[in-house]
Amino acid sequence: MKNNWPLWEVFVRSKNGLEHRHFGSLHAADAEMALENARDVYTRRSEGVSIWVVESKNITASNPDNNGELFEPAQDKIYRHPTFYDLPDEVKHM
Amino acid sequence: MKNENLVQYIYGIADNALILGQRLSELCGHGPSLETDIAGTNMALDLLGQTRSYYQYVASLVGEGKTEDDIAFLRTERQYKNVLLVEQPNRHFGYVIARQFLFDVFHLLLLQELQRSEDETLAAIAKKGIKEVSYHRRFSSDWIKRLGDGTEESHQKVQEAINDLWRFTDELFHMTENDMIVADEGVGIDVKQLREDYYRIVKEVLEEATLTVPEIKYFQKGGKQGIHGEHMGYLLSDLQYMQRTYPNMKW
Amino acid sequence: MSEKEIKNLEEIFEQKIARDEKIEPKDWMPEKYRKTHIRQISQHAHSEIVGMLPEGNWITRAPSLRRKVALLAKVQDEAGHGLYLYSACETLGISRDELYNQLHTGKAKYSSIFNYPTITWADIGAIGWLVDGAAIINQVPLCSTSYGPYARAMIRVCKEESFHQRQGFEIMMTLANGTPEQKEMAQDALNRWWWPSLMMLGPTDAESVHTAQSMKWKLKRKTNDELRQQFIDQTVPQADLIGLTVPDPDLKWNEETGHYDFGEIDWEEFWQVVKGHGPCNKERMNARVNAWEKGEWVRDAAMAYAKKQEDKKLREAI
Repeated sequence: MKNNWPLWEVFVRSKNGLEHRHFGSLHAADAEMALENARDVYTRRSEGVSIWVVESKNITASNPDNNGELFEPAQDKIYRHPTFYDLPDEVKHM
Repeated sequence: MKNENLVQYIYGIADNALILGQRLSELCGHGPSLETDIAGTNMALDLLGQTRSYYQYVASLVGEGKTEDDIAFLRTERQYKNVLLVEQPNRHFGYVIARQFLFDVFHLLLLQELQRSEDETLAAIAKKGIKEVSYHRRFSSDWIKRLGDGTEESHQKVQEAINDLWRFTDELFHMTENDMIVADEGVGIDVKQLREDYYRIVKEVLEEATLTVPEIKYFQKGGKQGIHGEHMGYLLSDLQYMQRTYPNMKW
Repeated sequence: MSEKEIKNLEEIFEQKIARDEKIEPKDWMPEKYRKTHIRQISQHAHSEIVGMLPEGNWITRAPSLRRKVALLAKVQDEAGHGLYLYSACETLGISRDELYNQLHTGKAKYSSIFNYPTITWADIGAIGWLVDGAAIINQVPLCSTSYGPYARAMIRVCKEESFHQRQGFEIMMTLANGTPEQKEMAQDALNRWWWPSLMMLGPTDAESVHTAQSMKWKLKRKTNDELRQQFIDQTVPQADLIGLTVPDPDLKWNEETGHYDFGEIDWEEFWQVVKGHGPCNKERMNARVNAWEKGEWVRDAAMAYAKKQEDKKLREAI
């Protein structure tokens, strides 16, 4: 029988106040095992206080071929950034 | 109670951690998957860490310049007081998990009591160990279920291991004379009191794992008196090899 | 895609790398880039897990509890590093099982150094000091390699590995400062591990087939010979410091070049080991295959259990 453990992605919160960050992946037969493995593999040196695991196949990723239409239109919307607006230097706390 | 009573009592707890840690470390690099290999090594490291805390305490009790290593490596086989269960060899992964599970359930119950010991050092070591051992029990229970309720082959293999190792479980609750002396002082634990909880928890997990709880009448004991099985000598040959071949050196 | 289109994509790709931009898994990449990376990353991963064996050989016999836990943690790290690297490799569209299969059938290579036996405790010191020392020289530049997942894995590996070499050197230092017997053990280990460690940095530039391409893709930042020189220059003073002698009669400091001159490497031995005829090639492979085959029923059981649980959940939902 050829029965390979699926791949899981591991997200770890390093400490409270921070977001979960992608740490890497691993293989596990089920979610419980994925959590346990993630704990043993990715937090050996106290790197985390919380773990998320998600089976890799459940992640929908954008296609880099579409990067142009997805991300470039935002580039010229400079009015979304504070530096777009001219204010005299005397105005403080803004 | 004399110092020697306390020392002997600590051996009865610490040697379990040492010998099981040694057995688990034999597997490092040979596990069924990288992930399980890493997990097994973590448990070995936890156990060896606990061992060191106990032995450092013993060294301070004994004095005479003794170190944790003298205690770990330079006793004779009869002076090791671990239970027979933990010295059983890694016949296959089913044995590794069954041995771990049968010990973890006991180990956690023991430490939960020991954290209330009148001896502050022992209580502190136990308290720290509880977190580690809770995880061990969770890990081994999960694997008992996976193997028990996995495939036909895994079911049969882990059942075989449980059946085979069951005869060593009774010894966990055996009180030596020394154990009773130390328990009377409020320092040691009356392990007989743990028996009922132990078998209840073990049975629950085994049943969930669709495994049969063995019914046997005859049990093995002796480890607590230093009377070990034939495997033990080989384990110690490895463990003690360097210290015996090159005595009185620093490493 | 037409040839012209591919050519165009390739150009954009190479420019990206030249600008130090990273390549990520779903980005277009030339087939050769993918293949080269699968080869190198998997070879690296295999080296980590085969590398667990010679050191694992001494875990049960470590001479003190402190040494035992340090060694266990180190060998465990190697499993972790193998895992990070296999994961990085899997982003290129190949599964870990396929990679294992390549290892087990001898199609994939791993670092030849691990085909030498660890026969004394001092060998554990020598491996940490020399083999990890050489590995670090190889690995640090890879933290900024062009393939994102590989670079990220290497950053983690390098961070964790910083204790490995120190662990080895401390063992050697303790032995060298110990009894005459211990010092002899340390010297003997240095004698046996020195040359294989030099070989570990790869064939000479003249013989190395992959260097030019690898430089362009930042799989390599320096040539094998440069790395080897760096390793020798940094290691010889360390040996001097603890009173051990590097087993090379031709080794001499060269004022002019500011480097050590060193003797001829026995490349015949190197190729013999690479081709599978080192002292422990068979043992290493047997151990890996054995672990994998004996673990099959366990992996199957876990999958079967997971499936049953899933089905149970579904039934309960209905």
